[in-house]
Amino acid sequence: MREFRYDVIAIGGGPAGMAAALSAKQAGAEKVLIIERDRELGGILQQCIHNGFGLRRFEDELTGPGYAHRYINMVKASDIDVWLDSTVLSAAPGGIVTSVSPQQGLRVATGSSVVYSMGCRERTRGAIRIPGSRPAGVFTAGAAQRMVNMEGYLPGKEVVIVGSGDIGLIMARRMTLEGAKVKAVFEIMPYSNGLTRNIVQCLEDFGIPLYLAHSVVAVHGKDRVTGVTVAEVDAALTPIPGTEFDVACDCVLLSVGLIPENELGRAAGLHIDAVTGGGVVDQFRETSLAGYFAAGNVLHVHDLVDWVSQEAEIAGKSAALHALGKLPPAGEHRPVTAGDGVRTVVPQRLSPPSGQLSVRFYLRASRPMGASILRLHADGNVVWERKLRVVKPSEMIVAEISWKKLGSSDVLEFTVVPAPVEADSEPAEEEVA
Amino acid sequence: MTRHVHAIQCIGCPVGCGGEVVIEAGAVIEMRGFTCDKGQAYAADEVVAPKRMVTTTVRVDGGTLPLLPVVSERPVPKDAIFDCIRLLRSVVVQAPVEADAIIVADALGLGVNFRAACSIAEA
Ligand code: SF4
Repeated sequence: MREFRYDVIAIGGGPAGMAAALSAKQAGAEKVLIIERDRELGGILQQCIHNGFGLRRFEDELTGPGYAHRYINMVKASDIDVWLDSTVLSAAPGGIVTSVSPQQGLRVATGSSVVYSMGCRERTRGAIRIPGSRPAGVFTAGAAQRMVNMEGYLPGKEVVIVGSGDIGLIMARRMTLEGAKVKAVFEIMPYSNGLTRNIVQCLEDFGIPLYLAHSVVAVHGKDRVTGVTVAEVDAALTPIPGTEFDVACDCVLLSVGLIPENELGRAAGLHIDAVTGGGVVDQFRETSLAGYFAAGNVLHVHDLVDWVSQEAEIAGKSAALHALGKLPPAGEHRPVTAGDGVRTVVPQRLSPPSGQLSVRFYLRASRPMGASILRLHADGNVVWERKLRVVKPSEMIVAEISWKKLGSSDVLEFTVVPAPVEADSEPAEEEVA
Repeated sequence: MTRHVHAIQCIGCPVGCGGEVVIEAGAVIEMRGFTCDKGQAYAADEVVAPKRMVTTTVRVDGGTLPLLPVVSERPVPKDAIFDCIRLLRSVVVQAPVEADAIIVADALGLGVNFRAACSIAEA
C-alpha cells in the first residue's frame, strides 16, 4: 500500500472542500489533497440546477452546477491533488486518512491538517416517524432532485410534500415544471423552514398551497403510496382530533431537515454540538481534535452556499497555518453560547486572537420575530448590538465582530430580542461581506 | 385616477425584503420597503410584467451524464415559462458541451438565450 503525505487534506470535494483546499493553498500550504467519493467534484451543487447561487460570492446569479463549475476550474488551475471515486473509511489522530477506491484500492494519506467537509444528508422518514404503511413512492426531496435533474426520471405524478425545507420547495416547482401536479406542502411548524424567496417563486407562482401547523398522520397504500391523511397540530405539535383530511397522491417527498454527515468525526471522538449536529469549533474552525478543522454543512447546515465557501476559506487558511506551524497552539477557550432567541452559534468557542481583527459568527434564531436586536453579552454586559429587520430560523444571521468588542471576558452570549416598535422603516443593516 | 397598492415580496436575494408598490394609470408612482436598486427594479417589474429565471435540463447524447442543466440568460415573462420548458424538453445535444454554450438561441422569439450551466464531457 502506498503512503502519501500532505500539508492539508480536505475530506469531501463539494463547495466547502474546494474552497478550503484553495484557501489552504493561498495561505502557503504546498501539498493539498481533496478526497471525493463521487466521480466528479461539486457535491450536492451538481443536482441543484436552479439559480440563486453566488449572489454574494461572485456577485452573479448562478445555478448550482454553474457555481460548482467556477470552483472546479479554480481547483483544476491549481496543483491541488484530487482523488475521485474515493471513499474515506477513517480519519485517525495524526491526520491519518484511509480511503478506498475501485481503481486505486486502499490508500492512506497523512495530513498535517485535515478539513472535514463532508456536507450533510437528509433526514429520512425513520428520523421523523411518520406512521402508516411502507409503500413505494416515498422519497426524500433530495433523492427526487437527483432522479429528476441528473437521471431524468419523474418519481411521481401527484405529489405531496412533507416539510417546507428549501429542497422541498425547489422540488415543488421542479416537479410542476416537469408536468406533475403538486397538491400541497405540509409544514408541522407554524412557520416555514424555507427561504421566503422560495415560498414566493416555487409555491405562490404555481398556486401550490402551503399548510402551516399541519402534520401527516398516516401514509396509505400497499405497494405504491395512494394518499396521506393530514391533521392540524396544536402548539405542542400534537394532531388536533377532528381536523384530519385525506389527500390522494402517488408520491410523497420529505423535506424535513438536514443533518451534518459526521460519522468520521464521531468515530474519532469528535466533540459534537448537540444542536447543530456538527463539531464544536473555535474561530479558526478547529475542532476538538488537534489538527482537524471543519467547514460547510458538516459543521452546521447553511442555507446559502456563499456562506459555505466563506466559512471554508477560514477553515482552509487555518489548516494551512497549522500545517506550517503558524497557528498558535490551542490555549484556553472561552465559550460562546446561544442565549434567549438564539438556537445555534458557530464558532462555539474562542481561542486567543492571532492576527485577526474580528471574528465572524453564524447564528440561527430559535423562532421567527419581526424587527429585533441581536446582542452580544460579555459576562452579562451588552458589548455589541445590531438591528435586524426581520428574524427567521430558516435564514442564517452573520455577524462580524471586532476583537475590541470581544474583549477578554470569560463568557460570551448572543441573544435576539424584539426591537421596540417604530424601528420598521429602518433598512436592514448589511453584513460586512 | 385609481391607485392600486400591491404588496410585493422581493425574491432578488435571500434577504427577502417585503414592500409595496403603488400603481396609478399603469405606472409606478411610489414604492417602499425595497432596500436596493435590484429589488426596486424587481418590484416594479413584478407589478407590471412579472418575469422569472428558468432552469431545466436537456437530454445529452454520448455524454458522461444523461442530462445537461440549462439556464435562461435573463428572466423570461412568467407566462412563457411552461412554453420554454416544453421547448427545451424536445432538445437533445451532442456531448461534449462547454459551460455557457448557447443551447437554444432566442427561445420562442423572446430574445432570451438558454445556456449550458456546466460542461459535460464525452463518454
Ligand atoms: S430589495 Fe434588494 S436586498 Fe431586499 S430582497 Fe430584494 S434584492 Fe435582496
